[in-house]
Parts: sequence; structure tokens; C-alpha cells
Amino acid sequence: MSPRWNARLPLLVTATILLLLFGAAGLMYPYFFSTGNAVNILTAQSSVGIMAVGLTLVIFAGGIDLSVGAVAGCATILVATLVERHGVHPVVAAAAALAAGATFGAGMAVLIERFRQPPFLITLAGMFLARGCAFWISTESVEIRHPFHRQLVDFMMQLGPVGVHPLPLLIFGAVLLAGYVLAHHTRFGRNLLAIGGSESSARLMGLPVSATKIAAYTLCGLTAALAGVVNTFITGSGNSIYGTGMELDAIAAVVIGGTLLTGGRGQMPGTLCGVLILGTIKSALDFDGRLDAAWTRIIIGTLLLGFILLQRLLLRRLERR
Amino acid sequence: MGEPRPRFWRRSPAVWPLAGLLLLLAVNVADGLREGRNFLSVTLQDGRLVSPVIDIVKNGSYGLVLALGMTLVIATGGIDLSVGTVMAVAGGWAARLLLDGHGAATAVMAALAAALACGLVNGLLVAGARIQPIVATLVMMVAGRGLAQLLTGGKVVQIPPGGFQWMGHGLIAGLPVAPLLVTALYLVTWAGLRRSAAGLFLEAAGDNPTASRFAGLATGRVRCLAYVGCGVCAGLAGLIKISDIGSADPFGMGSTMELDAIFAVVVGGTALSGGRLCLLGSFFGALLLQTLTVTMFYLGVPSAVAPVPKAVVIIAACLAQSETTRRWFARLKPGRAA
Repeated sequence: MSPRWNARLPLLVTATILLLLFGAAGLMYPYFFSTGNAVNILTAQSSVGIMAVGLTLVIFAGGIDLSVGAVAGCATILVATLVERHGVHPVVAAAAALAAGATFGAGMAVLIERFRQPPFLITLAGMFLARGCAFWISTESVEIRHPFHRQLVDFMMQLGPVGVHPLPLLIFGAVLLAGYVLAHHTRFGRNLLAIGGSESSARLMGLPVSATKIAAYTLCGLTAALAGVVNTFITGSGNSIYGTGMELDAIAAVVIGGTLLTGGRGQMPGTLCGVLILGTIKSALDFDGRLDAAWTRIIIGTLLLGFILLQRLLLRRLERR
Repeated sequence: MGEPRPRFWRRSPAVWPLAGLLLLLAVNVADGLREGRNFLSVTLQDGRLVSPVIDIVKNGSYGLVLALGMTLVIATGGIDLSVGTVMAVAGGWAARLLLDGHGAATAVMAALAAALACGLVNGLLVAGARIQPIVATLVMMVAGRGLAQLLTGGKVVQIPPGGFQWMGHGLIAGLPVAPLLVTALYLVTWAGLRRSAAGLFLEAAGDNPTASRFAGLATGRVRCLAYVGCGVCAGLAGLIKISDIGSADPFGMGSTMELDAIFAVVVGGTALSGGRLCLLGSFFGALLLQTLTVTMFYLGVPSAVAPVPKAVVIIAACLAQSETTRRWFARLKPGRAA
């Protein structure tokens, strides 16, 4: 088989599984194949999706960021308190949250790079730091009543028979597109994959390893904060416990999408497929109602494992050639 | 070998967490004096010794067990992110069995067996399927949480009163059972590792798996066993926890304990890169963490904000141990460049 085919295989497998899952769910539950449900899945997954795009960049370079869920939670409560308690305009508050997220990501990256610490450890500590900060800002959920923000929350569009909440979808789409271009059509993206493939080779080739990695973590922090901001557009409130466990969903989406957790190999469109697979599973379990919500976690875990084993097999075959 | 052996305080990495622990205790004593409490007081009430210090050790006992298991895994160069989830699985399973009228012994055995199975799966994935430890145990962390919810029927299970409570509330000579049990476990593990070749095997497997395999060591089996040990420890921690609080919460139980355990081990001088292990350090590290939590409580830091100072201490401890920092120190003292 050609190397091109081998590189695309994980993505093809993922896309096939998505189609099979979606088709099976559609046959089993009436109304699953409806514009309304498709829109619901996309809207519900938009925050995880945005987060997963940033995370994909970090994982391309062989890193990991466990703090994304906590950063998103911190961003929602930051926006809400800034708007409600300090009278800041929502746009300014959102910008502040994005800047905070990016700075946070950059700070962690500097520690990881400068002090040669394992990324999972620093970002795990970062997860606690961000979550603690969120609780420090407010332990209760804060509703955003600013008229401009309310307008954004209530902004609906008619798509055929169903009302669509376009803002989260548009932002998700834009982030995904930007991530795709950045990952697959720029020097930055190729550097990321080169670093993930072999950091020492990338360094010997004269690539700006540290700067590229720090940029990736910064973008990841930015998208995590954006995921939080988008969530305030959906719920109209900020909540410091938002995003608990979301980092696992995001990582699962990236890995199911065929991106190698060791770095160096992966596709941004795969991440979209991963996000949609998670959304389809959750939606199907909702439709079914007989199965416990606990099964979501077990199924996601099993899928994750299956994909990782598949990747190992593929890699072993690639190495043998 | 003409040089004299360096003194204990310079040789053992356990000195640092011990120093931190003493410092925190001093802070607590000072704070207590300011408010008219005696932090170091020990009184006898109804045959039970009561003291803030004993409370720390008692409430820190699950952290101590987790740190013990995590030390084994980290010594092999791995990591186990699933310990909190395994706590919830073992605790939830035991609570369910007790609720269904089974005896305490059956529940304990079944829970430990479940924890062992989780550890074995982790070990097989890491050592057998060669999946990165972070990823393999992350899968267990996600899927295990669902398993715990299934075992408990998705709700918090109250434990009926009975012999099982002894683990969390029983007394031996006026002292709580759990910390004594945990200390005994540490001693047994220490003896097992240091009075036999087992400790050397663990460190060799972590230091250089290829070299130790060529030297005839069954590296895979050693690594797998480390995860099994870690799983059993996590199961024991879950049992102590549910026995102590009287209910098993499949959602929240142990949800941030993995970081605590890793922290205790790293502060205790066991390198995250593997190949070095210090049980005494992990012991002091876990106590240090519990004391830090208590100190923040006494100083009036809200419990929800408590992760912030914890995270700061963790990052500081990791940075202090890093090569870069050591090089800086070496440059400061040119006479003793390492």
C-alpha cells in the first residue's frame, strides 16, 4: 500500500465509524435523522470541538494539555463576573478571557520548555490552578443579564423547520477552518508535526522548536478560553464547574480522529470526525433512554482504546517497511 | 570507595519533604498559639487519643496508600492517572456488596480483586501492548468512572452499619486503624523492595528498560506488576475512604486524588523519569500534602480555592528538582559543581 494511503487510513476508519454509528442510530431511533437533531449534536459539541482544535495542535507536537477543561470553566466565570459585577462590556470581557487563556497556555509552555518538565504534570497542575482560580472568582453560577449578551444568546435563525443557534456553530466552523489551514498549509503546522515526529531531529534541522511549542500551547489556551466564551453564548451564564472532565472528551476526540498521541502524525479533519462521533454516541444514548449515562464514559473509553491499539498496529507496520 | 558515606540528611531525598512538613507544622503551631489553640495537644477521650496531628495522619491515610502504589509505578518510569477512578470502582463495588447484605470480608476481597483487575489491565496495556502509560491509564480513568457508576447504579450508596466501619473508625491502642494499617503496608513494602532484589528490579526497569532486558530482567513483567500493585493500593484507599465517610460516591470520589498521589511521590524525591525510588520520601510527601490542606483550612482558605496553593507548591517542587535549576545552583557554588 502506498504511504499516502497508510497515512490516511486512520482518518478513513474514523469517518467510516462515524457514518456507521450515525446510520445505525438513525435506523434505530425515529427522528434521529432530522435537521433538528443534527443541529443539536453540532451545537452541543461546539465547545468541545473548539477546544479539540487547539489540543490537536499541541498533540501534533507530541505534547498534551490537561488544563483545557478547567481553563474553559475559568473563562465562563471570568466573563460572567466581569460583565455582571464590574460592568465591563461583554466584548471586552470576552477579549480579556481569551487573553487570559492564551497567557495561561504560554506560561505553562514556558515552564515545560525552560525547565524540561513533563507536559502532563505541568498542565495537570495548571488544571488545578485554573479550576481553583475559577472557584476563587465565584463558587456560584453567575447569570449574564447584559442586554448585548442577551441578544447574542437569543439570536436565532430559521433553518427549514428548526430554529438554529448560529453563533456557536459559526465560531466552531471558523476555528476549525483556521486550525485546518494552520496545521496543514503553513510552515508552523509542518514544524509542529516535525517536532512531534522527532524533537531532536527537528532541533538539528534548525527548526525553532521551543518557540513553535510555546505557540502551540498558547493557541491551545486560547481555544480553551474561546470554548468557555462560546458556552456563555449557549447558556447565558458563567459557571466555575463548567468543563469538568471535558479535557478527556477533547483528548478522546483528537485520538479517535486518528492523531497519534506520541505526536508527528495526524489530521485536523479527523478531530472533527472524533468530535462528531462523541456527539453521536451521546445523542444516541439520550434517544435510547434505557442505557445509563454511565455507558457514555465506558463506550468512549473503549473506543479510545480501540483506536490507540489500531494506531500501534499501523505504526508497527510502517516501521517494518 | 575511600570516601565516607554521606550523612543521611545529605543522602536521602526524603529530607526535603520532611523539612517542608516540619515547616508547615511550625506554621500550624504558631497559628494555633495566636488563636489560643495547642496544635500539638494530645488528649484521651473515651479511650481514643485526640489530637490535630493524629487527625492529619488519619485523614491522610488514603493519600499515603495512593502514594505508595504510585511510587512503584513512577519508579518504573510510568504514571498511573487512574488511581482516583480505581478508588471509586473499588469503593463503589464494596458499598454495593455491603448493601446487598454480604459480609465485610467478602466486600473487601471483591473490591480489592476489582482494583487488582483494573491495575492488571493498565499493566497489560502498558507493558504488553506498549501503549504510553499516560494514555493507557487515561483510558482506565475515563472508562472506570463509568464502571463505578454502573456498579453503584449511578447514585451515592450509603453503607449499612457493621463490621466494615472498623477500617475507618476502629482503634488499636487508642490510635485509628487506617494509618497504622498504612504504615504497616509501607514497612512491608520497604522490606520487600530493599531486603530483596525487587526494588532493584523496579529501578532497573525504569532506568533503562532495554539494558535491563538484555541483562535478563523480565522488564515487561516487572512493569506490569508495578501497575497491579498500584491498582491494589488504590483499591485499599477506596475502601478506607468509604469506611471513613460511610458512603460511596461514584462521581466525586477520588476525582483529584491522582494529582495528590503524583505530587507526594515527586516531592518525595522519586524522579518522574523513573529509575529511582524513595518510599520514605513518598510517605513524608503525602503527609506534607495533607498538612498543607489542613493548614489552608486553619488559615481560612475556602476549600474550593485550595487547589491553587497546592498547584503552586507542586510546580515549585517540580521546578526545584529540574536539571535547569540544579545547573543554576551549581553555577552559584562553583566549588561544588555537580
